Amino acid sequence: MLTSVQDLGRWGLQARGVPVAGPMDEYSHRLSNRLVGNPSTAAALEITLIGPEIRATNDLLCAVAGATFPLAADGHPVAMNAPFLLRAGASLRFGSRERGARASVAFRGGLDTDPIFGSRATSLIARMGPFDGRPLRAGDVLSVGDAPSEHRHQGTHLGFAIPAGGARVRVVTGPHVEMFTPAAYETLFRERYTITPQSNRMGYRLEGARLAHRDRADILSDATAIGSIQVPGSGQPILLMADRQTTGGYPKIATVISADLPLAGQLAPGDWIAFKPCTRDEAHAAARERFGPFYGSHR
Amino acid sequence: MEPFDVVAAGDGALVLRCSERIDPDVNAWCVAVASALEQDLGTAQRDVVIGYCTVTVYFDPVLVDSVWVEDRIHAVAMDVRIEEQSEGGIVDVPVCYGGEYGPDLADVAAYGRCTADEVVTRHASQEYRVYLVGFVPGFAYMAEVDPTIAAPRRPSPRTAVPAGSVAIAGGQTGIYPAVTPGGWNLIGRTLLLPYDPSRREPFLFRPGDRVRFHPVAALGMGSDPAVFAPPVSKRVGSDPRADG
Repeated sequence: MLTSVQDLGRWGLQARGVPVAGPMDEYSHRLSNRLVGNPSTAAALEITLIGPEIRATNDLLCAVAGATFPLAADGHPVAMNAPFLLRAGASLRFGSRERGARASVAFRGGLDTDPIFGSRATSLIARMGPFDGRPLRAGDVLSVGDAPSEHRHQGTHLGFAIPAGGARVRVVTGPHVEMFTPAAYETLFRERYTITPQSNRMGYRLEGARLAHRDRADILSDATAIGSIQVPGSGQPILLMADRQTTGGYPKIATVISADLPLAGQLAPGDWIAFKPCTRDEAHAAARERFGPFYGSHR
Repeated sequence: MEPFDVVAAGDGALVLRCSERIDPDVNAWCVAVASALEQDLGTAQRDVVIGYCTVTVYFDPVLVDSVWVEDRIHAVAMDVRIEEQSEGGIVDVPVCYGGEYGPDLADVAAYGRCTADEVVTRHASQEYRVYLVGFVPGFAYMAEVDPTIAAPRRPSPRTAVPAGSVAIAGGQTGIYPAVTPGGWNLIGRTLLLPYDPSRREPFLFRPGDRVRFHPVAALGMGSDPAVFAPPVSKRVGSDPRADG
């Protein structure tokens, strides 16, 4: 079980070595907040593979989005992707995971931990954030902030199809295109890779067909974007995820587009992942389609 | 101006790249470009990150058009003037070398075919440039170490390097800000941590700073704030903000 507090991430200090962190599935984070009338910037819980038991000490309006679980509030089944009331003294329980890897649990008002550099995101690698950047454990108590003055939740959001067993995600090539052979790109776009158990919020170590460098497998350290597929000398790629370190010294063959990062965030060890090239224009259009509904007056 | 190109890192980041080498002039130009880009792009950027010879600009791909950002990067980079380059501050770091604090000092001496004292002298007798800050909060990549003591990374990394450890890996030297895994050669330790959230300025280093190491006989000596204070920077740290 790995449950942590996340918001949209600790941006602005990567030049000081501070990881961004934030949700592995930004779409479900935004959706769960939207369902309880919070802005996307509100902090929510990210749960991984196995759900915790959450007991309310006050009446709470909650919503769960992302990986699908049977849910029970005070012993009664409740639906995912819809707001529900958790009465004071009642518990929210998660059944066995059905699809996906991570769910976001939002509470109307947002989790009210002390922000660190303006963010409530938990960076496990930097041990920064609520509870000194550690995962939550039994007995931890969290406060919920004041409810937003207006509730602008409109319509229903079905989210995206949560993957079961694997996903094909789109990538933009580069930034280090010139460091890989054309054959490496053919391999990358043809083969499926397996997410190994040595995978976590920082990145997924993938196993599959080797990706060949032209000559060397190291670079002078530069910034590491979320979704970067870096390839060390072994030729086995590593997909960098939300809690990646800010810089790295391996060349990056391609980068998963923003719109498809939530799909990647829903994969678990043992699942497959495949990569499909797309253009920057297609990537922007896909990002607007995926996240656009959360922008505007109520971000 | 340095020759450069601009490449995409996905749909939310663009990378300005200079020729790939550890060169103080290239890095200083990158520092100047990064600073100018922060000003120019304002809230259109969410982060500007300096590498040895790169500047990466992050932006929100829903709100900001990457073609526009690319145009701005070209325009700003062509326009940056040498006098805008920030010289950075000077940071003095007291280091207790060797013994329990520098378990790899003997290995570095063996690499350099010299005595441990000579390693200390060579390490502490020059100024280093902070090329980038990354890996974990506050970790500064400094170069270039005297080639005679530039011992490569250890074959197998330690699982837990103590905070404040001063280390060498090839031409680079640095200080571990917190207990982390690490493969660099540990030659000493300081109490002046690169990241200390209780300090008024939590981050000790920024790219472009120059660093001097001063041997002290015992850990904690030389920590007189009058002598060893974090530099007072003219620039205020980038404005951390939650993003929508």
